[in-house]
Amino acid sequence: MAQMNMKEAIRDAMRVELSRDPNVMIFGEDVGNVGGVFRVTEGLQKEFGEERIFDTPLAESAIGGLAFGLGVQGFRPIAEIQFVGFIFEALDQIVIQAARLRYRSGGKYNAPIVFRTPFGGGVKAAELHTDSLEGLIAQSPGIKVVIPSNPYDAKGLLIASIRDNDPVFFMEHLNLYHAFRAEVPEGEYTVELGKANVVREGSDVSIITYGLMVHTATKAAEQLEKEGIKAEIIDLRTVSPIDIDTIVASVKKTNRAIVVQEAQKSSGVAAEVIAQINEKAILHLEAPVLRVAGPDTVYPFAQIEDTWIPTPARVITAVKQVLEF
Amino acid sequence: MTRVPYEVYTEDVEALSVLSPDGEVINKDKLPDLTDDQLKEIMYRMVFTRTWDDRAVNLGRQGRLGFYAPVSGQEATMIGSEFALEKEDFICPGYRDIPQLVWHGLPLYQAFLYSRGHQHGGQIPDGVNVLMPQIIIGAQILHATGIAMGFQLKKQKNVAITYTGDGGSSEGDFYEGLNFAGRFKLPVIFFVQNNGYAITTPFAKQTASKSIAHKAVAVGIPGIKVDGMDIFAVITAVREAAERARNGEGATLIEAVTYRFRPHSLSDDASKYRSKDEEGQWSEKDPINRLAKYLEKKGLWTEEDTLRVREEAKATVNEQIKKAEQTEKMTVSGLIDSMFEVTPKHLEEQKADFE
Ligand SMILES: Cc1ncc(C[n+]2csc(CCOP(=O)(O)OP(=O)(O)O)c2C)c(N)n1
Repeated sequence: MAQMNMKEAIRDAMRVELSRDPNVMIFGEDVGNVGGVFRVTEGLQKEFGEERIFDTPLAESAIGGLAFGLGVQGFRPIAEIQFVGFIFEALDQIVIQAARLRYRSGGKYNAPIVFRTPFGGGVKAAELHTDSLEGLIAQSPGIKVVIPSNPYDAKGLLIASIRDNDPVFFMEHLNLYHAFRAEVPEGEYTVELGKANVVREGSDVSIITYGLMVHTATKAAEQLEKEGIKAEIIDLRTVSPIDIDTIVASVKKTNRAIVVQEAQKSSGVAAEVIAQINEKAILHLEAPVLRVAGPDTVYPFAQIEDTWIPTPARVITAVKQVLEF
Repeated sequence: MTRVPYEVYTEDVEALSVLSPDGEVINKDKLPDLTDDQLKEIMYRMVFTRTWDDRAVNLGRQGRLGFYAPVSGQEATMIGSEFALEKEDFICPGYRDIPQLVWHGLPLYQAFLYSRGHQHGGQIPDGVNVLMPQIIIGAQILHATGIAMGFQLKKQKNVAITYTGDGGSSEGDFYEGLNFAGRFKLPVIFFVQNNGYAITTPFAKQTASKSIAHKAVAVGIPGIKVDGMDIFAVITAVREAAERARNGEGATLIEAVTYRFRPHSLSDDASKYRSKDEEGQWSEKDPINRLAKYLEKKGLWTEEDTLRVREEAKATVNEQIKKAEQTEKMTVSGLIDSMFEVTPKHLEEQKADFE
């Protein structure tokens, strides 16, 4: 096994699939020669040629539409949107056109496309270069939304996404690209889409989260453990569809839950998780399920992002609130 | 002339040029009418801006600025185009177009605050007709068409100018804005600074069009190309476009061919996609040297003047960055209160998490 950071694991997943399946291709702004602004696709154009990995003109809607058309033609495009803040230019192609293709064609056509994009904050980037729009995409029917929290999952989930015959929106947290290295198997393996992962077992409270917040929750759980509170952490890995079975199993054990997301509080993934807990496990709850999230403001200018993004301290406060309810 | 069907419109457009690289006037007809004081003021602004850009890059490296897009090499397009306008004219900039804002009246320390990720950077003083730099490439082009329609409706003889790069000319928003401006005959100038690259993507991979100026053909507005390293060509082109706009003759697309000597942003390494050779060739066309040569021959500028302006610029930048650093920090509560005119109840409650 090799030690890889998340960026390398993502690149490795693409390399594996490019080698295995000649229909896989990559395009987007600046992804070719230099390998993207984060160098995620670095070296792939050299290895697989300009026909399969290429720069497009600067036009997100066209990138989305190109992916759609190539999908119709039987290719498996991986389209990079340089930053999630720029998907609005392409939203029609992603959430209306690609996500409805199977439905509209009565199942004749697939949209086996992966839209890859960095998201999230905490890196003091320029305005609109940070945001968490997973809730927006997750609300759109017909597209899966995948968010890895570590290198192993990133590779396995991305390979699974590329092989999936429906469109997948694959979101890579900016702050995890280089955060740490982990063991990643060589060659192919997949991590099932739509399946959550219990990353830490505990009996007192369930913390349901994903992406960077898995690490924030882990820090909080380590702190809580010192006070004798055992938190179970569930990494959703796919935020649409949500793996409610794993959540319910956990809530049955702990009877208490909080949901942690970096995105703004209202109408997002956390709200959906809580709604589903209500539908499937309300009688197992000893306290209302709380949310720890960004406030309902625009993603802030860099100066205050560190206070805006949920901290371990805020997670601890919420855990104590549900325990003391 | 009727065109042959299926023929691609490929004749190259000649770029308007007024000043040769050694500071000789090569196109008298298009020499803008400028007083000696105006000429000196333009030179002052160019040198000042170059120095400020140098300082900004250093401040960025020291972590005292946030996102900053360098401008060196593009002084003629930025300063010339702003100089050709009137104070009431409206500027809709992209992320790199800070000099136009500052010379149009935005205090420098606010530009620094914007870079440092502080909201106050965007609180533009009354009477300064500019929008904040736009990050979404192309959005500003549509804003300018709306602002121009506002001038038209209010029967004000003003123009809106908007800037993007060669890359930005590929966005759908670019075509939509141009088409609206053509359809409604709006007083707007679309100014494309073609510096040859969109981050790493060279012009040849951006479009098969011979020039960006060609793109005006499809929407029925004039499209012209100018030498963007020649400040006189820029001033003349923008003055003419503004005059047409003020006379109710509608929009113009101007493509200025230029070069930025530094990479796209401070987190980018240009050596990965362009050569030293290329950079060298362009530096021979440096717009500042070009104007300096012209002015020196007229006895209006000396090397000492350049040194003096540099010192002045350094002192101003130091003072303005300090002012930015001393501005009270933003708070999450303040941010929450800036979302709506009247903060809704749920947001009032959310403040508690941050107090
Ligand atoms: C809608 C949108 N897509 C992508 C980006 C990311 N991006 C920022 S600058 C840039 C290249 C712009 O090139 P160009 O328009 O030629 O202007 P230049 O930076 O060269 O002045 C890209 C792709 C963005 N800011 N907005």
